Amino acid sequence: MWKTIVRRIFVMIPQIFFLSLLVFLLAKAMPGDALTGSIDPNIDPAAIEAQRERLGLNNPWFIQYWDWIKNAVTGDLGQSFRFKMPVTQLIGERMMNTVWLSVATLILTYVIAVPLGIISGRYNDTWSDRLITGYTYLGFAAPLFIFALLMLWVFGFQLGWFPTEGSVAPGSAAGTFAYAMSKIYHLLLPSLSMALITTVSTVQYLRSEIIDTKQKDFVLTARAKGASESRIYNRHILRNSLLPIAAFFGYEITGLIGGTVFIENIFSYPGMGQLFISSISIRDFSVVTSLVLLFGIASIVGALLSDMILSAVDPRIRIK
Amino acid sequence: MALLEVRDLQVHFPIRGGLFGRTQGFVKAVDGVSLSIEPGQTYGLVGESGSGKTTTGRAVIGLNAITSGSVLFNGQELTAARNRSAARRDMQMIFQDPYSSLNPKKRVLDIIAEPLRNYESLSHKEEKFRAAELLERVGLSPESLYKYPHQFSGGQRQRIGIARAIALKPKLIIADEPVSALDVSVQAQVLNFLQDIQQELGLTYLFISHDLGIIRHMCDKIGIMYRGRHVEQGTTEDIFERPRHIYTKRLLSAIPDVDPRRRERLSAFRASVNAEYENGYADYFDEAGLAYALRPVSDTHLAALPERS
Amino acid sequence: MKKSLLKIERLTTSFRIGDDYYAAVDDVSLTVNRGEVLAIVGESGSGKSALAFSVMGLHAHARIDGRIYYKGEDLIGMPAAKLNKLRGSEIGMIFQDPLSALNPLMTVGEQIEESLLLHRNGISRAQRRNAAIELLNKVGIPSPERTAAQYPHELSGGMRQRIVIAIAIANQPSLLIADEPTTALDVTIQLQILDLIKALKNDMDAGVILITHDLGVVAEMADRVAVMYAGQIVEIADIFTLTSNPKHPYTRSLLQSIPNSAESGSRLHTIQGIVPSLKHLPRRGCRFQSRIPWIEASEHESEPELHEIEPGHFVRCTCHLRFRFPDSASDAGLPPSADAYSINGEEFRYGTS
Repeated sequence: MWKTIVRRIFVMIPQIFFLSLLVFLLAKAMPGDALTGSIDPNIDPAAIEAQRERLGLNNPWFIQYWDWIKNAVTGDLGQSFRFKMPVTQLIGERMMNTVWLSVATLILTYVIAVPLGIISGRYNDTWSDRLITGYTYLGFAAPLFIFALLMLWVFGFQLGWFPTEGSVAPGSAAGTFAYAMSKIYHLLLPSLSMALITTVSTVQYLRSEIIDTKQKDFVLTARAKGASESRIYNRHILRNSLLPIAAFFGYEITGLIGGTVFIENIFSYPGMGQLFISSISIRDFSVVTSLVLLFGIASIVGALLSDMILSAVDPRIRIK
Repeated sequence: MALLEVRDLQVHFPIRGGLFGRTQGFVKAVDGVSLSIEPGQTYGLVGESGSGKTTTGRAVIGLNAITSGSVLFNGQELTAARNRSAARRDMQMIFQDPYSSLNPKKRVLDIIAEPLRNYESLSHKEEKFRAAELLERVGLSPESLYKYPHQFSGGQRQRIGIARAIALKPKLIIADEPVSALDVSVQAQVLNFLQDIQQELGLTYLFISHDLGIIRHMCDKIGIMYRGRHVEQGTTEDIFERPRHIYTKRLLSAIPDVDPRRRERLSAFRASVNAEYENGYADYFDEAGLAYALRPVSDTHLAALPERS
Repeated sequence: MKKSLLKIERLTTSFRIGDDYYAAVDDVSLTVNRGEVLAIVGESGSGKSALAFSVMGLHAHARIDGRIYYKGEDLIGMPAAKLNKLRGSEIGMIFQDPLSALNPLMTVGEQIEESLLLHRNGISRAQRRNAAIELLNKVGIPSPERTAAQYPHELSGGMRQRIVIAIAIANQPSLLIADEPTTALDVTIQLQILDLIKALKNDMDAGVILITHDLGVVAEMADRVAVMYAGQIVEIADIFTLTSNPKHPYTRSLLQSIPNSAESGSRLHTIQGIVPSLKHLPRRGCRFQSRIPWIEASEHESEPELHEIEPGHFVRCTCHLRFRFPDSASDAGLPPSADAYSINGEEFRYGTS
């Protein structure tokens, strides 16, 4: 199994290299550069040109790429034109917020998906199953950003149960219990909004896995042994059905990235997603490229994580 | 001259492993098989699962890469690329599973006409006519042309597979367990039918099966395989009446007998064959548990007997 | 006479297709005695597996009518908890495909131990482990300790079937139901598995229901045979009678269609037409009538019943009385003895494998 993982990590290196190249070229292909928007139009074009020259923006693309990647490896992702601070530092501040949001969303996703999927799969074609599948169809159909706005409006503004912006109450000191509680309080509404939508695919997946596993021959064997229904579900069907769900965990992370971009903007939650959108709108390229690269790496690592989980829990793969 | 001649065929599959998935060794699925089939005859390849019988058939028709050895079809070397495409037309395969070997999304017309489309340019009308003719030959009505595989029973599907195989009037048909998935009475229909078209079209069969009853019924010559090698080869009479190799004897004695009155005698007999197998194993197989090279026992009969016997 | 272990009375198992129920097992009555192997033979669609599943209560969505008495107690309508006490302890089942019949995520040891855990109250973990290893030993697994820790995919087909058997016999059942136990196996392995089932049966003095399509396996194993066609039993007899004096046209046709002629190139007997699907079964008259159209309609009964033509030998319908094959003289049960093979000077007749 370790061999497989090491091999997978070796495969990741060229993947990440191509990703970085792609990200860089796409950024270059966008109209304008860091100087286009933020400079007073009255400045002499020659001065701007000199500035471009100084920043290396006139170099051929591969030189620029090489400079960029060289610095990136040493942890220097350049300067943010807007915040006037190193990108690494800027992202570092936001990253933990996004990580907490993602963790909360993942937990809620599974807390919702596992019981619903089990009920729906075990009692398929009953009213409770129809109710649950009805909800999943709604979840598939409802766009995340509309649903999140609705949640914000109802529970944030109308009912006032949850804060409507930020990641922590202003003025609370880091490290205190009140600070942690405030963090969690701020997380609840955004993560719940996202989990309610993203969980539906997991509910559906688990449901169909259970329905599938129910018809397997080894379930008949268990029944012929005299095992009770609850034992059959807990010992035989559930383990086999949860396996692909567990393996999907890594890919779930990939899905979260897209979701956090929406959610953080709607809930004015200071994370990487919010930073991403605002940086695009003002063409803060060094931030945008760094974020896309990070998101990409997270996806690749997510896929690796899936493979690792699968090989850890499935004996058929573990042995090889 | 033999229609098909296989000489010292080897098919090895690499075993990959280690950090970079390098080839660490080989599975010798087919390890030096030679056989020849005269035109119009049926050669039966028998063995248990993992014996390499199916791989042999697939290598002959080009579905598995040949590691070494030669396959002569009509005297032409098939391992040379230029001869392969011409011979491909004269060689067709019938598969074991009538449920998965037909594309469920295609109509019967498209399934049967596919080889025609590959090799002959026919108008739509001619194509339909030929397909209907083929269906009639395999005993299905022409209305079936516009149906899909799931609308047929297992036996009928196998007939559709046969219609596809004979569409180009091939000379050799490789039948890989063609009736294993079918019920006894349907099995009889398909076997009879295979014999009928053999007569009508002058077909030659390479018939692969694990069922010795069917092999005996269908074949003129038989080869028994074990772990990629032949242990015995000969006419049907040679194999069934004068088996020489201990493995063949054990295989034959394991066939269930339809006469219940012989049970006791048979089980005593099996025990004696088994004892002979256990005691003689070291004599009949080398240190790696593989069969020795075939040595002639009579003009038609070869067995993998140890040097000194 | 031995007391009957299992007594099936007028069992009808129906499945729902669209809005109607169709009987896959139609009015079947049978008995199985201790120490006896009853073979149920038929082709696909005959209802033989549906019958076995009905006895085990494994059908989830079927309508079951009739009575199945096991040691005098009716299994139909028995509360689940009570039925679960019988399944796996009193009645064991061996399945056809040993790979899919085993849970891929549990070691084979765990799967055998589960049978013990469910039926032996207060059995300790160590006792369970020892008993599982003893069972593996009993079914002929060469290194039981090592095998117990392995997963199903690590074992060969024959080994897996031995595991399935070990699960079925874990609690010394009185009735063993084997559903095509050797269909997925090679002949030499088949022989070993059949011998094992025979030995275990004698050991436990159990009754065995052997479901198979293979007449060779039947001849090797069975004491009595029930032949099923289209959901009904068409003939029941002891094995010697059935092979030497088969009566029903279907039984006779089946015996004729086994490839067993010494002369290659000769034609096999075939049965005209195809087995009707569940939905299109003729519900009145003789179900085999359409397969033997050359026999006049007046030869069939309008409501075919099982007739006891000699003690213990039952045949459905009257069409057997004047049945003949259309092609020729070829008749009687077994083929002429020229179809033998010989090894070391001994001659043997073969069947299907």
